Amino acid sequence: MIRAAIALFFTVMAVPAHAIDIQEVTSPGGIKAWLVEDHSIPFVSLSLDFKGGASLDDPKKRGAINLMTATLEEGAGKRNATEFAQAVEALGVNFSFDVGDDSLNVSMRSLTENRDEAADLLAQALSQPRFDESAVERVRAQVQAIIKSEATDPQSIAAKEMARQAWGDHPYASSTNGTAESVAKLTRKDLVAAKNRVLARDRVVVGVAGDISAEELGPLLDKILGGLPEKGTAPLPEEARLQLTGGVTVIDWDSPQTIVSFAGPGLPIDDPDYFAAYVANHILGGGGFSSRMMDEIREKRGLTYGIGTGLATGIYGQTWQGGMAGSNDTVSQAIDLIRQEWDRMAEEGVTQKELTDAKTYLTGEYPLRFDGNGKIASILAGMQLIGLPADYPNTRNEQVEAVTADDVQRVAKRLLHSDELRFVLVGRPEGIEGDAQEDARAAEDQPKDKP
Amino acid sequence: MRRPVLSATMALLLAAPPALAEMPEGISHFTLPNGLETVVIEDHRAPVVVQMLWYKIGSADEQPGKSGIAHYLEHLMFKGTDKLEPGELSRTVTANGGMDNAFTSYDYTTYFQRIASDRLPLIMEMEADRMANLKIGEDDWQAERQVVLEERAQRIDSDPRALFAEERNAVQYYNHPYGRPVIGWRDEMMGLTRKDAIAWYDAHYAPNDAVLILAGDVTAEKARELVETYYGPIPAKGEAEPRLRPQEPRQNAPRRMEMHDARVAQPRLVRSYLAPERDPGDQKTAAALTVLADLLGGSMQTSVLGQKLAIPGKALWVGAGYDGLAVDQTTFTLSMVPAQGIESGKAEAMLDEVLAKFLETGPDPDDLERVKTRIRAAQIYARDSAHGRAYDYGQGLATGLTIEDVNDWPDILASITAEDVSKAARTLLNSKASVTGWLLPAEDDDPRTDAQTATSTPSTTPANLSGPPPARPAPQDAAKPEVQE
Repeated sequence: MIRAAIALFFTVMAVPAHAIDIQEVTSPGGIKAWLVEDHSIPFVSLSLDFKGGASLDDPKKRGAINLMTATLEEGAGKRNATEFAQAVEALGVNFSFDVGDDSLNVSMRSLTENRDEAADLLAQALSQPRFDESAVERVRAQVQAIIKSEATDPQSIAAKEMARQAWGDHPYASSTNGTAESVAKLTRKDLVAAKNRVLARDRVVVGVAGDISAEELGPLLDKILGGLPEKGTAPLPEEARLQLTGGVTVIDWDSPQTIVSFAGPGLPIDDPDYFAAYVANHILGGGGFSSRMMDEIREKRGLTYGIGTGLATGIYGQTWQGGMAGSNDTVSQAIDLIRQEWDRMAEEGVTQKELTDAKTYLTGEYPLRFDGNGKIASILAGMQLIGLPADYPNTRNEQVEAVTADDVQRVAKRLLHSDELRFVLVGRPEGIEGDAQEDARAAEDQPKDKP
Repeated sequence: MRRPVLSATMALLLAAPPALAEMPEGISHFTLPNGLETVVIEDHRAPVVVQMLWYKIGSADEQPGKSGIAHYLEHLMFKGTDKLEPGELSRTVTANGGMDNAFTSYDYTTYFQRIASDRLPLIMEMEADRMANLKIGEDDWQAERQVVLEERAQRIDSDPRALFAEERNAVQYYNHPYGRPVIGWRDEMMGLTRKDAIAWYDAHYAPNDAVLILAGDVTAEKARELVETYYGPIPAKGEAEPRLRPQEPRQNAPRRMEMHDARVAQPRLVRSYLAPERDPGDQKTAAALTVLADLLGGSMQTSVLGQKLAIPGKALWVGAGYDGLAVDQTTFTLSMVPAQGIESGKAEAMLDEVLAKFLETGPDPDDLERVKTRIRAAQIYARDSAHGRAYDYGQGLATGLTIEDVNDWPDILASITAEDVSKAARTLLNSKASVTGWLLPAEDDDPRTDAQTATSTPSTTPANLSGPPPARPAPQDAAKPEVQE
């Protein structure tokens, strides 16, 4: 889940200062970037995050930013889609274009010897994309196929229902892909407008790692980003207000297993209890095989292949959530255990050993994340995206170490209440009825989706 | 790979370390007296190390009727030893800031940890311990059998593409155990016992049947010292077993199959052909097939199928796949999702026409040049991930290649000519050892259709907590799905 992934991201973006030397670079044209130099392999990785991502969609044009992003590499400047891809391949360069709820990410990897030519091509994709009719139609058909596939995928069905119930009118409540109807209506003009909403210099953050110096990086950044407008045309998204209620939603699905998704209130990264919650989550369900939920539900009883929880710390809204899959006939037992563990942490807190083990893990795994140029570039951009200062790496582990058992119990009491958990079940769970209210709400919403 | 049977001693002699000059920078290789072959891949950029232990035993080595035992044992390997409580290995790794897992495939079973490099002795001690001293408690084996059944339900039974792949493999292989799923057939999994697991462990888990890869922040000298300390005392078991499985007879009948499933949204064509694998000292055909897969389906914009089918809007997605790292004959697959409104017969005819044309004209020289540029660049990028390189060496050695074969592979790829590709393509695409399968939405008269559309359509506005899907549909048509812990 994206917000779970983001939560993970938040916690891994710092390392002891001695391990990683971050340089803050400003290009001649005024573009700021964070750089980690490493000349041991002759290539460079670059990661650009444009704030707001698909949440900057015009509400009447949902899916436009996603379709635009997927079409950026389908022809630019004088080259059509095939010619553009051939030029990229001939250099041995990789580009990727990806958009989510919080940012639009553009990444590049280039051999040192082809760096300038790679930058020229990337600049064209960003500033002079062609959006040729044939390319737009082709990519639109692919996006429509994804929308169609997701409608028959129980994981997607569960995630979409949870988001719908959680986020009201905020873009988080709906798919970045848009709907079959909204995507069908998008025009080339809509894609140009979508690009101007999000791709601009005032909202880009840049992370770079590998075989390049600060002096070489400046002009390269101006080349890549200089052709973009100075300001985006859409304001950044507003905060989303969590509207989840406790209870169970059942969506009937003919399958031997039930997909279980559950979520309750979370907290932002600047909350004073953030690190206490992070430690609590690790012990509860974030720590893989060592977590309480994995132990109770998989190891002791064999009720699932895997269960996990995470702080889904989106920039504009947060939940504390989890998921698993289990057989229809035993899933109610697993759900009882989830509720039990959710409350137990508030009631009983954690043991000193659990706390110590969690902290050793969380501080120990930190530097392990920085073992490649591609990963480092992406982390540097991500740190800036969520507004962490460059000295965050020096304080992060201290903040984890400072968490006490009392802190963990306090934040558990504040946030972990099983009666506030919303479960979305997709399957034919035996012995569980969904609450009628939610089903009714789902039915009411149906007509809104029609044009 | 079918290669001559060697005694353990002969194998050891042949595996004698080559001169260091032949090794790529930072790679070293040695074999302990007990037969444990070890590769060290140095990368000191971050204080991280990966230990991967590859046992040369997989689901294709199972006896008929016991499908799934290799993977089930992999799960039970986390249940403790004399020194370790059930689950303690993983808990210890986690408590030290690391992660661990394992996976099983047709030809190997692999255990790995990734951790701060100063903790390497700790994980090596535990991994060596469970190579020789596994204990499977009475309380643990039945719950774990439920776990693997849940895993099957989640990964296979809930996914029509996985079910389809499972049946395609069964149809592709008449006689070879690659036709059985790695995770096992459900009914046979339900009958697996603790006794089966212990017999499997006793027969196959030994240093002379394993390959150890250490990658990251460790020197060759330190690695050797640690390996000798922890793995050195474990005795070899018998002689390294030759891997003689029932082989495929000549196949004369191309096969066709169709599967309907209400959970399928888009029709999908997958065609597979039996294809040669990478063999020791004999990797050229496999290299030509690797280049062929890239030329045919490597890019939606520039590959042959991409330009002829995807760009003109006849297909939503096209692909070609080949992985030569297998002990025995592997497969080459072509796949396609036709555009809306193009019926399956017509779509398949279009695909066949493009392939026929390719056989006539051979590869475009510019296309071939670009593919080689990509391969060369990929070699440099690969150095960014010690973990990734650990896979390359581990998978190669665990499927019977020598370290020289793994080292030579990039150069062999680079030497492939247009004529090599054409020759490999002619043999492959004219082969009758093929399966053409269509995975289709529910038939209109299928009673499931009504039930599904009436009750399962998700409420309304799609929302997305699960993150952006890939910009393009990426079918999972890998010929050899791996099962992970």
